[in-house]
Amino acid sequence: MVQYSSVRLDASFAALSDATRRGVLEQLGRADASITDLAEKFHMTLTGMKKHVGVLERAGLVTTEKVGRVRTCKLGPRQLDEETAWIERYRQLWAARFDELDKVIEELKRKENVDGRK
Amino acid sequence: MDASKESEPQLTSNRTTVEPKSDREIVVTRTFDAPARIVFQAWTTPELFRRWWIPKSMPVPLLSYEADIRAGGSYRLVFGHDAAQPMAFFGTYLEVTPHSRIVWTNDEAGDDGAVTTVTLEEKGGKTLQVLHELYRSKQARDAALASGAYSGMGETFEQLDELLVTLGTTARSS
Repeated sequence: MVQYSSVRLDASFAALSDATRRGVLEQLGRADASITDLAEKFHMTLTGMKKHVGVLERAGLVTTEKVGRVRTCKLGPRQLDEETAWIERYRQLWAARFDELDKVIEELKRKENVDGRK
Repeated sequence: MDASKESEPQLTSNRTTVEPKSDREIVVTRTFDAPARIVFQAWTTPELFRRWWIPKSMPVPLLSYEADIRAGGSYRLVFGHDAAQPMAFFGTYLEVTPHSRIVWTNDEAGDDGAVTTVTLEEKGGKTLQVLHELYRSKQARDAALASGAYSGMGETFEQLDELLVTLGTTARSS
């Protein structure tokens, strides 16, 4: 389970390792856009943008849909899952630390009560 | 053991929450049922700090820890199964204000290192602790979250779950 999610994460982060691709995600976070719009916005050729979108699509970060002659890109369902997953991993570390800290603090409090306030 | 607390610890009311605040920031909050000076003491007394900073479930033992906890002072934590392959975390304290604020750098990541700020706010005998990590870029933050300081934590999910369960918090949602 954890193994699987780290493989998925690796794909996501590889996809995110490029500034243009991160820009595309930010852009799509604001509004859906066609490949043509994105190419213009990032001053790229259509072919270059198609490649970037392909990488993002394979990582599950973007989905595309062709309506007539226009291919529209939107954020994929994966993005939220991934962020949630690594935030949760991060949270677990801090939660574990702070639960231990809680014990230390309880001990200090008890000691203080025994010793009387200085 | 305090007789009134013989049952499992009541930690559910004081949950650790994590929120990505902006592209470059993460904020971790937690309340403690103690005055700020006690929380501060647990942060700034090295022998107390090492007891909780490295939860029992951490896969790698702490080989050494040195800290000069005052503005301009530095700290160094070294982890490893043997001294041949140590993993060091180090940095400098930018600010240490008794009972309210500790700010330090995380220099092991070089230019990508975050600045960590801990603030303590006492209200009615309880302390709200806010830990704020500011990265230089979204990329640095994402990289740190994806691996960096938390690599190796992945394998400890189960151990962590156990720890959290024994501590009376709910297990990780699937």
